[in-house]
Amino acid sequence: MVSVEVKQVTTVKSKVTIKGTKEGLVFFMDDACSFDELLADLREKIEHSHQQILSGPLIRVSIKLGKRYCTPEQQEQLTQIIRQKGNLVIHTVEADVITREEALAERLKTQFSVKVNTVRSGQVLEYDGDLLLLGDVNPGGIVRSTGNIYVLGHLRGYAHAGISGDSQVIIAAAVMSPTQLRIADVISKPGEEWTTNSGGTEFAYLENDTMLVAKMNYLPRIRPELGEQRL
Amino acid sequence: MGIGIVVTSGKGGVGKTTTSANLGTALALLGQKVCMVDTDIGLRNLDVVMGLENRIIYDLVDVAEGACRLPQALIKDKRFENLALLPAAQTKDKSAVSPEQMNEIVTQLKREYDYVIIDCPAGIEQGFRNAVAGADQAIVVTTPEKAAVRDADRIIGLLEREKVGMPKLVINRVRSHMVKNGDMLDVEDILDLLAIDLIGVVPDDDHVIKSANQGEPAVMNHESRASIAYRNIARRLLGEAVPLQPLEEKVGVFHRMRKFFGLK
Repeated sequence: MVSVEVKQVTTVKSKVTIKGTKEGLVFFMDDACSFDELLADLREKIEHSHQQILSGPLIRVSIKLGKRYCTPEQQEQLTQIIRQKGNLVIHTVEADVITREEALAERLKTQFSVKVNTVRSGQVLEYDGDLLLLGDVNPGGIVRSTGNIYVLGHLRGYAHAGISGDSQVIIAAAVMSPTQLRIADVISKPGEEWTTNSGGTEFAYLENDTMLVAKMNYLPRIRPELGEQRL
Repeated sequence: MGIGIVVTSGKGGVGKTTTSANLGTALALLGQKVCMVDTDIGLRNLDVVMGLENRIIYDLVDVAEGACRLPQALIKDKRFENLALLPAAQTKDKSAVSPEQMNEIVTQLKREYDYVIIDCPAGIEQGFRNAVAGADQAIVVTTPEKAAVRDADRIIGLLEREKVGMPKLVINRVRSHMVKNGDMLDVEDILDLLAIDLIGVVPDDDHVIKSANQGEPAVMNHESRASIAYRNIARRLLGEAVPLQPLEEKVGVFHRMRKFFGLK
């Protein structure tokens, strides 16, 4: 009788493995068991078995979900249990898997499109991702994109980069004389915060929610990460 | 088979009807068989400018509705044997004709005439779509004013979507002294923005207004500078390489103009 019980304990593999690293604790969640089993094991470890190592000063916690897809609600359930311990601060929740929609959105975000035409008055060119326009944008013409906008021509019309809220994007133009520029939700027109000077290639960007325009050779200092976004 | 050319501008009052009348007459003077079609239903003017108002019996809407045959509605201009006009109706509006009907009428006319000049109403609605329906080519008229150039740009964008080929540009009513003082857009600025081929620059000329009031196209007068400009546009349409007229006696402007035609 006793031996049977011991056997049971050894065959049940731990669903939650806790490891200590320099950055804090990492919780590895088993991705083959059911979510309920996972919750039960986590609760057991937090509330009973691992009391000793889980108490003390503030510790950063990273959760690794492996190949399990968790909905935001499920993630909340997991983090709630861990938060019971006041000293555990959740830093990241990571999974190796994402949904198809997220994957598609991610792909569109890094997509780069080249368009060759003049955007004339009343025409709208809208795009998901970074946009390179080989042509002019005339007054009354509109270019909109979720990513960066590069105009290899004369930008006289209206350009809106980061239409879904990304404030790190830029609008660059070979000749910059727009009627209006927008990045994320900041609207600006020339002569207010900025004026174009050189007649050479310039780019507009946001700094503390204010639009600024600089010559192209300042780009490496202002947005060095632009070149590294794509794989 | 002839060619259908629509004369359009977007903005009103820049000289579409004047250009249509003078271009049609100039082509007829050069020996072409020309039919002018007024598509400005409800606000017809081409017949007035041509001095043919009192000869209208049937009109465009009658033809479209089958109330008469197409040749019955055509007014032959007695001054030029190879010039005809299909007038617009004055009592209906733009929706009285459909683009399909327009296409059918222009196709019929093209069998008979070398050039069918279609005078387009202002705006971008049904009247515009009607006028463009049967056209093979387009001439965009603008004046050197910001608003007119903006509307011309819009129209060029719309024309690109139709099957009509790359439009040609006429810059109308240029006042050389204002351009010189920088108070008016110059030809170069306009071409830089619109990026289409220039086919003529017409100087602002009192004679154009006078002749329109007399019902006599300006090209009939050989002295007027606008008349020369219109006749040159007609010659360029026929494929001749005619240099642009100087807007005034000034070498600099002349040379700049010539540059656009690749003559220098």
